[in-house]
Amino acid sequence: MCSNEHISYLKKIRFNKILIKLIQISIFIIFLIVWQLLADFKVINTFVSSSPKEVFKTIIELHKTNNLYNHIFITLYETVLSFLIGTLIGIFLATILWWNKFIAKVVDPYLTILNSLPKVALGPIIIIWVGAKMNSIILMALFISTIITIMNVYQGFIETDINKIKLMKSFNAKPYQMFFKLVLPSSFPNIISALKINLSMSLVGLLPPVGEKIFFNKCYSRY
Amino acid sequence: MKNNEILSIKNLRKIYHTETSETVAVDDFSFSLSNGEFIAIVGPSGCGKSTILSILANLENKSSGSIKIKENYKLGYMLQSDSLFEWRNILDNCLLGLEINKNLSKENINYVLGLLKTYGLKDFINSHPSNLSGGMRQRVSLIRTLATKPDILLLDEPFSALDYQTRLAVSDDVYRIIKKEKKSVIMVTHDLAEAISMADKVIVLSKRPCSIKKIIPIKIENKSTPIENRKSKEFSKYYEEIWKEIDLNV
Ligand SMILES: Nc1ncnc2c1ncn2[C@@H]1O[C@H](COP(=O)(O)OP(=O)(O)O)[C@@H](O)[C@H]1O
Ligand SMILES: [Mg+2]
Repeated sequence: MCSNEHISYLKKIRFNKILIKLIQISIFIIFLIVWQLLADFKVINTFVSSSPKEVFKTIIELHKTNNLYNHIFITLYETVLSFLIGTLIGIFLATILWWNKFIAKVVDPYLTILNSLPKVALGPIIIIWVGAKMNSIILMALFISTIITIMNVYQGFIETDINKIKLMKSFNAKPYQMFFKLVLPSSFPNIISALKINLSMSLVGLLPPVGEKIFFNKCYSRY
Repeated sequence: MKNNEILSIKNLRKIYHTETSETVAVDDFSFSLSNGEFIAIVGPSGCGKSTILSILANLENKSSGSIKIKENYKLGYMLQSDSLFEWRNILDNCLLGLEINKNLSKENINYVLGLLKTYGLKDFINSHPSNLSGGMRQRVSLIRTLATKPDILLLDEPFSALDYQTRLAVSDDVYRIIKKEKKSVIMVTHDLAEAISMADKVIVLSKRPCSIKKIIPIKIENKSTPIENRKSKEFSKYYEEIWKEIDLNV
């Protein structure tokens, strides 16, 4: 059973959590208010940076014409899907690298370069190559998530505990058993973390198309 | 091989090659193990003890020499770290070897369940390794090795990861299990007291590249469990004898 001390300890933790949430929400609200005030007093140019009221108005308008949800939904669906596919491709490629150390050594410098690029900055480049279509967003999502996954998951694969590998070898484990019984499950945390990064990247990937939509609608409504 | 020899090593030699150097780890190592015998190998650290076991366990290739194992005799290898898989429960950890060798018969599973019961782990078969103490984990690791029914156990510093008190208790524990299951053992350790208290024979190795410096049969009157053997009157005599043989590279 719980002692009184434990109960007050739990209360304190709960209180702390609520406080943190409250402050986080307040910061967001204050940000909106300051943004609106700066816009009202013309400190910032509303054509470039808009204002909370206008964004809200546009959202309502788009909502009435039923355009926004549709658009957001399709984009969200397609980016999330391509990030998930990218994750699977990444795991597959990481597996090949683990399987064949020679290939891993050959591609190592290229992977390092790709990984050190700011991923979101690739967006404009791909848009130039493929054009500002849905395709370019999907391609970017696929590309970014594949790279992120390869790096994360391959790192997990090669960091597999050497003693556990010895143990598996002492049981005469074949390479596929080594992979599926040890290497893959022990890298599970890395796979989850790659998935997390990829999903949050897919939200970042969402911003350009949705932002663009809102921006254009606003421009049209001016004329 | 002579009639009750089950393992015999002749002129074993091992050279490790790396880009920057080659290391002769074992040089002209020969010995044999009889059925039911418990042999401890001691020597200065880095002299090549683990290398010998790794070669026996097929984790490393030998450079030259011969290794003969009696027909139908199997080896089981147990490492210093328990290396339990966190994502498997205790029973599934113990079944790992059987699973890899595709030997998951009802009979074998019951054998493992029996071992877990006999050695006080019955209530933990569905637990995960993190819920067990260091000593219990080491016992699980031993049962995982026993599951494939090896005749010869290769133990590489099996207790080194444990603190002193646990180590005494667990070595007693493991010793009892090994004797009860009638296994032959080759144990590597750097702990002389541990070697004397458990083994029938202590092999002292020279500095790297290791070869045999001396083989000392341990004869203790009323030989009992390791903790009891430590109290015997012969114990300190053997300790001194072996201590003198070991090259300390401090
Ligand atoms: N995989 C390896 N590659 C190169 N050298 C090794 C390797 N494993 C061990 N060695 C070297 O071989 C020697 C013996 O190592 P080891 O058998 O682990 O010693 P011990 O177990 O007696 O401490 C050491 O000098 C070590 O550095
Ligand atoms: Mg060693």
